[in-house]
Amino acid sequence: MTGLGSPRVELRNIHKSFPGVVALDDVNLSFQPGRVHALLGENGAGKSTLIKVLSGALAMDSGQIFLDGQLVDVTSTTAAQAMGISTVFQEVNLIPAMSVVKNMALARNNGRYGFISWKRARKDATDRLKRLRLDIDIERPVGSYSVAIQQLIAISRALEDNTSILVLDEPTASLDAKETASLFAVINELKSNGIAIVFITHFLDQVFDISDDVSILRNGQLVSTDQIKDLTRQDVITQMIGRELDEAEHTAADKSNFTAGKDMLVAKGLGRHRTLAPFDLTLRAGEVVGLAGLLGSGRTEMVKLVFGAIQADAGSIEIDGVKMPKISPQKSLRAGIAFCPEDRKAEGLIGELSIRENIMLSMQAKRGWLKRVSRKEQEKLAEEMIKALAIATPDAEKPVGQLSGGNQQKVVLARSLASTPRILLLDEPTRGIDVGAHAEIIALIRRLCADGMALLVASSELDEIVAAADRVVVMRDRHKIGEIDGKEITRDNIIQMIASQ
Amino acid sequence: MSDISQNNTSMGWFSAIIRHRSTWPIVALCVILIVDGFISPNFYEIRIVQGRLFGNLIDIMYRAVPTALVAIGMALVIGTKGIDLSVGSIIAICGAVISWRIHAGDTHFVILLYALGAGVMCGVWNGILVAGMGIQPIIATLILMVSGRGVGLLINSLYGGTNPSFESPLLQGLSTGHIWLIPTRLFVAAAVFLGIWLLIRRTALGLFIEAVGGNASSANIAGVNARFITFLAYVICGLCAGWAGVIMTADIHTSDPISVAMYIELDAILAVVIGGASLAGGRIYLGMTIIGALIIQALTTSILISGLRPEYNLVVKAVVVLFVLLLQSANARQAIATIFSRLKR
Ligand SMILES: Nc1ncnc2c1ncn2[C@@H]1O[C@H](COP(=O)(O)OP(=O)(O)OP(=O)(O)O)[C@@H](O)[C@H]1O
Ligand SMILES: [Mg+2]
Repeated sequence: MTGLGSPRVELRNIHKSFPGVVALDDVNLSFQPGRVHALLGENGAGKSTLIKVLSGALAMDSGQIFLDGQLVDVTSTTAAQAMGISTVFQEVNLIPAMSVVKNMALARNNGRYGFISWKRARKDATDRLKRLRLDIDIERPVGSYSVAIQQLIAISRALEDNTSILVLDEPTASLDAKETASLFAVINELKSNGIAIVFITHFLDQVFDISDDVSILRNGQLVSTDQIKDLTRQDVITQMIGRELDEAEHTAADKSNFTAGKDMLVAKGLGRHRTLAPFDLTLRAGEVVGLAGLLGSGRTEMVKLVFGAIQADAGSIEIDGVKMPKISPQKSLRAGIAFCPEDRKAEGLIGELSIRENIMLSMQAKRGWLKRVSRKEQEKLAEEMIKALAIATPDAEKPVGQLSGGNQQKVVLARSLASTPRILLLDEPTRGIDVGAHAEIIALIRRLCADGMALLVASSELDEIVAAADRVVVMRDRHKIGEIDGKEITRDNIIQMIASQ
Repeated sequence: MSDISQNNTSMGWFSAIIRHRSTWPIVALCVILIVDGFISPNFYEIRIVQGRLFGNLIDIMYRAVPTALVAIGMALVIGTKGIDLSVGSIIAICGAVISWRIHAGDTHFVILLYALGAGVMCGVWNGILVAGMGIQPIIATLILMVSGRGVGLLINSLYGGTNPSFESPLLQGLSTGHIWLIPTRLFVAAAVFLGIWLLIRRTALGLFIEAVGGNASSANIAGVNARFITFLAYVICGLCAGWAGVIMTADIHTSDPISVAMYIELDAILAVVIGGASLAGGRIYLGMTIIGALIIQALTTSILISGLRPEYNLVVKAVVVLFVLLLQSANARQAIATIFSRLKR
């Protein structure tokens, strides 16, 4: 315990289990006003479950919650909101087709008798966004903004005047350095107003940047709570994963195996009006190409154009020297390309289907619907993938929507690997993935590359790109502005290139 | 965390059954049949008359066949997150086609193919509108729903249309005949069920339909041809409605586009939903859909034999259906399981 003044929120003996899983096992925690409390743990450790219990989204099996010393019964998110507990969940639940104002107005009744006063709603939305220094068109649908902006919209929606504790579940998973900095400025401001902040993340740097206290969960149990000043990075990692992790493997994966092979995919003048200016791109066997750029610079668009998830209106693609007449996800898949989308909920997974079904979907699609993969093969494949990627689940039949965020991300990855691609396109492959698994995925990328696969990895984490890539394509303002390769690939060089005019 | 909790096994099979999605529809069907036993003492009696089984239980199955056939196709369409309102009109068109070709003098087997072909063509039309042109299913199929019965009348007028009634040993044999004491249409329904089941579960079609219904853009990016799969679902639904059209038309010996199979789409949708599927798509429960169709028919039959005034028919039906649907909701099942586990303690 931190031994400071009286806590804003105190959780006592919290238990929560799901069929086959004990998600929270006798957890005791307290959050102090005016302090940022980081909640860490591996994928599936129970972090999201804990904050769902705190915010009334899930009923706990047993335990007590005290708010400012008083026992409270948090029956629903609305009840929590009224008590001053504001939460932004890991899976942002904005409605993409609705405008920003409407999404904001949904959360509250500003008018009388359940009517909405649009004038007031607009003013309210503008004010809220201003608090986060977000200057966007509030009439545009939320879905037309990047995931990062959506994240900020969700935060400003959660913040109330009476908010006394703000809970953020992986708010920075899709933000780049600049946006993270502006979010942290907001957090610091809220903190100085005496609000208690709970912050879940897998970025240890950010933990050391902003938090005051750190609690670590492992397998549903609280391992420790300490002040950040008493901890080192290595302590945190060891407590999180229960073993030591050589961080060297995390930052500088072994690139000695790099020998670029023949050209596998050549895009010439590929582009789409108002989406991405025409670009050339070559992917070679045994080479990892990193895709760097700020948010909105066109990283995702480039990957999607190459895969055919967005239709190009200019240019062409050759695979192994053969021109593809038309690019569509189906054709790409057959040609040996696999794609992991950035937004796992909207474009990656089918939440109702089981882990097994999600993993084998692409492989089955590649074979065609007539040649069914036998149940036995499916089960074998799922078991292999669950083991290889260390997906935390009691069994392969669990609906994928019930997995923790990081484990869902692993399932998306497993699906593309299962289709045995020769060219792999990854958009933010480590989003929401814990430190241990992060290192494993970077290592996996290098291993696949050594086996002769061609990879394109888009990421907002420069360190990840520096660690994994043999060549880096840099994007700015929906243009490809250049490439860097070999020894030139450093954080500074990339940043300089993005910033230069 | 990933170890199996003790808690789970001690809850036991009992609550597992209570929570299972198939439990409540089957219980509901049994309850209806048991209540019938009280209303009418010789309800369960089955006799052989003229080389064929007779009795209420047989009668319920016999009459449920058209709805069940339509519901099988509907289950696939609903699985894609779609809906097909035009099935009644497809049946009307099939009937008109049968009558027309009989008057044209085709052989009866060819006529059967014509009728099923008409169903398929209607499905193709719906499929093109929904999957090809991206029109919302409810609107797209509304077009054929509204115009289909008119098309049936037009087909009738091809041969004058004054007397569309007909006799066809083959078709009437399929519809009202019997083999080894058992009504032939039960075999037809069983064969269609089996065929569709094999088609979706022995190929990957079922999985793809569920993937498309669950999240079309995810499925598409995973490489599933969402449009083609959706198209196929409507075509299969058209085929199933075609079979229902053959059975119903042969039964009434005439083509009656105006009133044949009125509101059958509602019963079919209801059967699918009672079977545990959600209109939000993503799951196909073929077997339970049949149970759903049986529940609907059992209700209708029991209201008939109960001697209740016909005005109450629909109200009673609505109440029972509402009850079954309530039990189908995950929340309600969870609540019931909790109550039971408390009682046991
Ligand atoms: N609705 C649910 N039904 C069944 N199991 C669930 C459900 N929600 C969570 N779980 C399980 O509870 C465990 C804890 O999940 P939780 O989402 O809290 O993890 P987390 O620590 O937030 O992980 P991540 O870092 O990946 O987001 C996981 O094993 C998960 O599969
Ligand atoms: Mg989580």
